[in-house]
This record gives sequence, structure tokens and C-alpha cells, in this order.
Amino acid sequence: MNVGIGLPNTLEGTDRDLILEYARRADEGPFTSIGVFDRLVYHSLDPMGTLATCAGATEDIRLATSIIAGPLRSTAMLAKKAATLDVLSDGRFTLGIALGARQEDYEAAGADYRSRGRRFTRQLEELIQHWEGDEIGPEPVQDGGPQLLVGGESDPSYKRVARFGDGWIGAGGPPGRFGGCADSATAAWSEAGRPGKPALWGHGYYALGDEAVAKAGEEYLLDYYSFTGPFAERIADGLLTTPQEVVQFVRGYEERGCDELIMFPTVGGIEQYERLERVVESEL
Amino acid sequence: MKVNVIGGGPGGLYASVLLAKNYPDWDIDVYERDPADNTYGWGIVFSDSTLSRLREADYKTHEQITDSFAKWNPIDIHYGGEYIRCGGHAFAGLMRAKLKDILRRRCAELGVEMHWEHNVEDPTSYAEDADLLIGAGGLNSVTRETYEEAFKPRVRMGEAKFAWFGTEKPFDVFTFIFRENDDGLWRVHAYPGEKSTFIVECTEETYENAGLDGMDEQEGLAYFEDLFADHLGDYELESKLYQWRNFPVVNCRTWSHENVVLLGDAAHTAHFSVGSGTKMAMEDAIALQEAFVEKGSDDIEGALNWYEKERRDPVNRIQDAARTSRRYFENTERFTDLEPERFAFNLLTRSGRITYDELKIRDAEYTDNFDRWFAGYATDDDMRAIARPPMFQPLSLRDVTFENRAALTPGPSSEGETGHPVAKQRQRLVDLTEEAAGLVLTEPLAVTENGRLHRGTPGIYTDEHAEYWDQSVAEARDGPVLGAELFHAGRRGATKPRERGLDRPLDDGWELLAPSPISYIGESQTPTEMDEDDMARVREAFVDAAERADEAGFDLLQLNMAHGYLLGSFLSPLTNERGDEYGGSRDARLAYPLEVFDAVREVWPDGKPVTVKLNATDWRPDGFTLGDAFATGNRLAEHGCDLLTIVAGQTTPNDRAKFDADVLERYSEGVRNEINVPTMSTNYVTTTDDVNTQVGRASADLCAWYPPDADVNSL
Repeated sequence: MNVGIGLPNTLEGTDRDLILEYARRADEGPFTSIGVFDRLVYHSLDPMGTLATCAGATEDIRLATSIIAGPLRSTAMLAKKAATLDVLSDGRFTLGIALGARQEDYEAAGADYRSRGRRFTRQLEELIQHWEGDEIGPEPVQDGGPQLLVGGESDPSYKRVARFGDGWIGAGGPPGRFGGCADSATAAWSEAGRPGKPALWGHGYYALGDEAVAKAGEEYLLDYYSFTGPFAERIADGLLTTPQEVVQFVRGYEERGCDELIMFPTVGGIEQYERLERVVESEL
Repeated sequence: MKVNVIGGGPGGLYASVLLAKNYPDWDIDVYERDPADNTYGWGIVFSDSTLSRLREADYKTHEQITDSFAKWNPIDIHYGGEYIRCGGHAFAGLMRAKLKDILRRRCAELGVEMHWEHNVEDPTSYAEDADLLIGAGGLNSVTRETYEEAFKPRVRMGEAKFAWFGTEKPFDVFTFIFRENDDGLWRVHAYPGEKSTFIVECTEETYENAGLDGMDEQEGLAYFEDLFADHLGDYELESKLYQWRNFPVVNCRTWSHENVVLLGDAAHTAHFSVGSGTKMAMEDAIALQEAFVEKGSDDIEGALNWYEKERRDPVNRIQDAARTSRRYFENTERFTDLEPERFAFNLLTRSGRITYDELKIRDAEYTDNFDRWFAGYATDDDMRAIARPPMFQPLSLRDVTFENRAALTPGPSSEGETGHPVAKQRQRLVDLTEEAAGLVLTEPLAVTENGRLHRGTPGIYTDEHAEYWDQSVAEARDGPVLGAELFHAGRRGATKPRERGLDRPLDDGWELLAPSPISYIGESQTPTEMDEDDMARVREAFVDAAERADEAGFDLLQLNMAHGYLLGSFLSPLTNERGDEYGGSRDARLAYPLEVFDAVREVWPDGKPVTVKLNATDWRPDGFTLGDAFATGNRLAEHGCDLLTIVAGQTTPNDRAKFDADVLERYSEGVRNEINVPTMSTNYVTTTDDVNTQVGRASADLCAWYPPDADVNSL
């Protein structure tokens, strides 16, 4: 299993220098991918714009949206941006995409919330058509378009993975929960008669340091996910605050068939990068 | 802090105990409609893990509760004149009234105010009046109903009828009794306690046949005392509130709203056959108390979120198990053709939580005996002392014997351009025969050039193809039964390889055939509606392919009538709109697939089996249903089909597919036991435990199997 690092693009105080430092060091360091989150009504950096900056500053590392809300966006625009990122990164782009549950983001974007499931299915179909077609360029570097990972933990999501995706990307949570969902995605894939196996990606949240760091990380998660009520508690509960927890978490994901696990810092600054890098280099 | 609790059952009282104990300065009031000494209900059951949680939460009540316990660990199953015992299921139980007494006394000790015979009609004032309102009013919780906009409850009634009784007759362990009389099949759930609890359950039909509706309490009791006289001896049945009910399944979107929280049956119910109602209510109470410890009493919303976070997963797990268990008891008639040993194994593994391996841990002697029995049954031989588990027992269909119950069934590939099978496709088949499975199938082989799914779908429609398959069979290792799956892709044909997704039409495809001219997805080509000539030609193509498969040396033939391919799309009303004798009624839609089956069966050697891959459902409201699958499977069996491979969905791209780990197994089980035709299950299973469990409990006779290190679906 590969380990990737999440950029602090939704954390307070993040600027160009911090993003570039994360990206450059991750490119040189033990990480195989860079991930970004997506929020509209929030003080965060736009995921695809952030990755475009990273594309120019890195050479080898994979660049992934993990995860963006698809139906917030016009499909043609999204297809073009994704293809552009694929060209600018020379084929290193992975599009992780899901429904997104934040109603306020939909309202702000002027996109209909209630029909988003149906539109999302259609969007996935069209994205591939755009990338394979010759009307909306550029032609992606990866054959047939960027790697496409579909998120979501429901039967319709697994079906979308099986019908349109290259794999499934989980939303976080303990390894057991990831394993159960990954099994469903794999079952959907296999029952659909797709060759091979779906790529399986996961997420983790960490805040390495003293108790104040852990507390800050937890408060960030409760705030970021506050719209989900009890679910925010569940996510905050899973925050990894010691090297021991990180190692167990990573091993747990590996055992359950994860191909790429992206670890997101929940506290700003470059220290979190350094602390995770140390754990990954010395323990994994 | 002021807390109002609506409902004085075990959940409400226990929450009050724990909160009062941890927060002596809180002001807690319990309101209960019934009097304090109401003793409604019989025994309740706890499992081992609950007990340790109760001890941590409040040692004092734990001690009193455990002192009152009856404990047992075997389960007895009486069925078909036989009696089977399986140990290792640690349970403890006590009378509900006793539990309430203990909790009531503890509440009083801790200063909780209890208001008995106090009916709450409008909980909103009780919510406004307090910092926290706990809705613990059980099944018919007025709190849940008042705030239904927020909780979004869904209550559905189970299909079976049941009534609770008690008896002085001692039952020493959990006892299931299945008894058939002229009125139908009766199920009894009986378990120990100061008095034994004796629940009788039956279908609506049996309830009506017995005329229970017209009987009064005494007549009802007499009916069952007579029916179960051999179990009850001279003991009588007693009832408290004699009534027959359907089990209400309660689910809520959320369990908290502002300062109002639900717990226990008010929030969620679980069928009594998994014995978890009171257990869940008391565990809810523990979590609620912990939530305030975690979040502090200032953050009520945070605490209620934390409570729900903590409880959602365990409650979901129990409700899932309870649902499958309830369905088992609603449909037990389906299993009455099973031998008692298998019937019992199926009952023990019904909820999905206990597998073959888990039973082995609980009671190795029981599973050893089951293995011995199953080996004798599968080989039609005497029982021997030493036996392998069910997965490794043989199965015979006609003159063909499968050495074990695992099947490798690769999915479609695309290599080359012409439909001529290529080396990679042959090599995969040969490689799979090295894996020691009982059955190895080819990927779907096209019976005509236009019946290909992709350009590189391997065919079996020319003599050159036949020669190629002949060599493949010659190279294959002896041992597994080798089967050829024949199909015509119908309207799903002429698509790009599936590496980048399903059903993506080729830019320059070929003419597609289908029962009706409806394209698969918007962009797909509209297929040509088959006329009689097309139908005759395709039928002959299946026959020719069958003859070639026989010459090539295949032992078994599978016809694909599923997944929206040509024959499958005749079966489904969604894809077959024909006005002639091949469309309309279910029988008419089956007519053409059946003609193909008959024509193939006629040329295929008598000693070799023909199997059919069939959808259990289209997963669409107006599509092919499980009932259709029963009827269709029956007709096919009458015509000589030896086994049904059960799949689902894909008839249309907009199906509402389900991917629970066991959904396809359940369909396989349904078809197999409803119409008594052997089946192969196709859910994604990767362990021998899965196969042993499925075969043992008669969900399937063969299992498609996906060994973790062998990628069956790739070339």
C-alpha cells in the first residue's frame, strides 16, 4: 500500500509557501500522492487550483482530488479542468469525486441539491466521453483520461464505481469500516463483470504533537464536519494523535486491501508534515 | 440540570440510575403511564458482552441483576421429530418485572422522582421545562411521534403473527420448537426464567387457518396446550395481555433533536428472536451517560451527537441481524424440505452473525457431527467417523461429479478483434483448472458474431473456434468439471472493453438484436426487434455452439439468461414489449428462452448437465421479480435444467442494485428452497468459511468463489 499526504488546503493560515513546501517535500519524501479537500462555503483553497500549482512544482508524485463534489460543477468545465491538470502534471492526476453532502455548497454554487444523485451518474458517464472525445480538449495524458475514483458509501455509489470508475475512494473512518465498504465496491465490480479489481483509496486524519495539538485537530474536524451532526463526532473520534495510532491505522488499511491511503493534517503549519514524514520513514 | 424521562421501562429507569449516580445534583423525573407494580411482559435475555458493560456502568444493579439470573448456553432445536442441541451460546435472562423492581429501587435510592400512572400526552412542555428530555416510552413512544419531523421515524410491520405466553414448565435452555399440524407450521421460542417464556409465532395464513381470530383467551391457550402437550406435559400456558401482534420494526433517521433524545424501542426495535430489545435500551442508557462524561453537561447537543455516534454502529449491526432473523421466521415454511440436521444448521446461522467457523468455536462437537452427517448425505453413504467439511463434499448432477463446492467463473474479456479466441483467453481457462475448484466455467462465449459483447469476446460459432476450445480442454488439468457458458449479448453488444467502464458503445459497432427495439443506454445503438427468422437463426446458433462445446469436451453447459443479455431480455417485462406469442405474460416471455433451452438440451448428451444463469430480480419496480424467478426456474427445471446460477440486476442500467455481502446468497437460498432446484450462489465470497456456511445451510449447492490471490476476472 502507498501512503499519500493531504495538503492543508482547508486549514486556516495556509498560503502559497506552505502549499509549495508540502508539495515539494512530499515529492522528495516518502509519500506517493498529494490529496486535497473540497469545500465551497468555507475559507479554503480551491482543490483543482491548488493542485495546478503543485503540478508545476513537482515531478513524480500523484495529484489527487480527495474528494471533490461532482454535481456542484458543470461537467464540461470539470472535464476540461481535469484534462488540463492531467496535461500539466504529465499524467499524474487522479480525480476523486463524490456527491458531496453540504447543502449550503450547492446553494452557493447555484446547483440543484435534490437531483444531485441522478446528475452525478450522468456526469461520470459524460466525463469519460469528454476525455475520449475530440471536442473538449485537451487530450489527457493518461489513456482514456485521468484515473477516476468514485466515492460514497451506499449501493448507488458502489454501482457507479462498477459502471464508470477505476476505483473507489473512502471517506475516512476506522480500517474495519473501510474494509466493509471496500468489499462492497469490489463485489459490485466483480458482479458487473469488470476485469481486475477496483483501485481502493482511503483517508485518515491526524494531529501529531502534544495534547493541545490533538485538541486543535479535534476542534477543526468538529467544525469542518459540523453539518453532519453525529457523524462529525465519529470523524473526530478517529483522529490519530500518536505515532502508534498512525502506524496501526496504516497497517489496518493495508490489511484490508487499500492501495493508497492519504493522511490529512488537521492542524496548520509545516510541523505536521514533518511529524508524519518521520513516522512514515521510520516506522513504515 | 433538569432531566425529564418519559417512560419507566428498563431503558428509562436505567438511564435515570446512571445519570443520577454520576450527577447527584441533577434533578431527574420519570413519567410512566402504567402503575409502578405493573408486571407486563415475561423474561428478557442478555448476552455475555452486555453483562460486563452493566457491571462497569453500575455495579450495584449489576449484582442484583446477576443474582436473579437464569443462565444457559445451549440452544435446543426440535424439528421433524428430531432434537438437536448446539452449545456455546452464552445467555442469561431474568423476568422483566424483576429487572424493573431492581431499577426502580435503585432510582429511589438515588433520588430520582418517579411519577407512576402519569400519562404524557404532549412531551413538548416536558422538553421546554427541562434541559434534557429522554424519550424512553418504548414501541409507541409519544416523544418519537411528537417530533417525527425531526426523527423521521419509519415503522413497518413484520409479516408473522406472534403472542407471548409464560409457563411453569421449566425449559433449561433456549428452545426452538417447530411443529406442523393441519393449520400450518408453528414456531416456538421458549427460554428459561423464574417462569419460562413461551412465544408462539406463525404466518398470517396459519393464524387464519387455526381460527385464532375467533378464539378467546381460554380457547387460544387450550389450542396450544394441546398442540405442545408433549413439551409442556401437565404444565399450563399463561398469558398476561393475551393478544396476537405483528412485530413493528422501528427505524429513525436520527435519535436526537435539540434537547430531546430517544433511547430503546422508541428509537429502534429488533425482532425478539435475537433477544436484544432490553439489551439495546440499557446499552443506550450507558452511552448516554458516557456522552455527558465525554462532552460535559454544558454541551447537550454535542453529548447527544456523541451518544448517537457511539450507538449507531452497534444498533445497526443488531438490527441487520434481527432483520434476517425475522425473515427466517416469517419464511420457515421454505425450509421444511430440509433434513433436520441441515434445518438446524440453517436456523443457527440464520442471522449472518454466526458462520460455520463461529459454530465450530462455540461447539466443535456439534460441527463435527454436522460434518459427518453432511458427508454421509452428500455421498449417499454411511456416516463415518472422519469427515471433511461441506465445501469439500462432492455434488453430482447427472453423470458429472464435482469434487467440491467451489466454482471459478471468470467474467468477460476482450482480446483481438474477430471473436476468435486467443491464447490469453485459453491460458486463463487452463490456469483456472489448476486451482482445484469443483467447477471451472469459461467466460461467456458468443454463439454468433453479432452476439459478441466486445470485439474481442471469444466465440464458439465457427469450426476454428471449436478446434481452439478443443485444444483448451485438452490442455486443462483433469479434476474440475469444465463448463462452457454460452450467451448472446443482445442489446448490450458492440461495446468497448470493460477496462474503462460498462456498456460504452463502439463508434462503429454491428447490428444488435433484441426482443424489442429499446437501446440499453441513451447512446447505445437501438437494437433490431427480432423476427421469426432471427429467432430461428439464433436458436440454431445456440444448438451449433452446444454441439461444438460437446465435441470440444466440455462436461457442462451454462446458458446465460441473465444480466440483460439476449435471452435475459426476453424474460424481463422492461425489455420485452413484444405483441406476439413471445411477449406479454410471464410464460410468453419465457417461451423463446425455453425453446432455446429445449433445442440445446436435445443435442447435449444426456449424461451431461445444462445449467442456466438466471436473474433473481431486475431490481426495478416493474421488472422481473423473485416470484418470476421462482416460476421461471420451475419451468426450466421441468424441462431438464439441472442447476440455476443466481445473479441479479443489469437488465437495465438504472437498476437499484444492492451490494450487501449476502444479498445474492439470499436470492440463491430463496430459489433453491422455494422450488427445490440446485443453485449456485454468486456473491463475492473469498473464504472457505463462506462456502461451508452457504452449502451447510442450503443457500446453494455450488458457490462462485473468488480466492484472494487468484484474479479470476483478469486475463
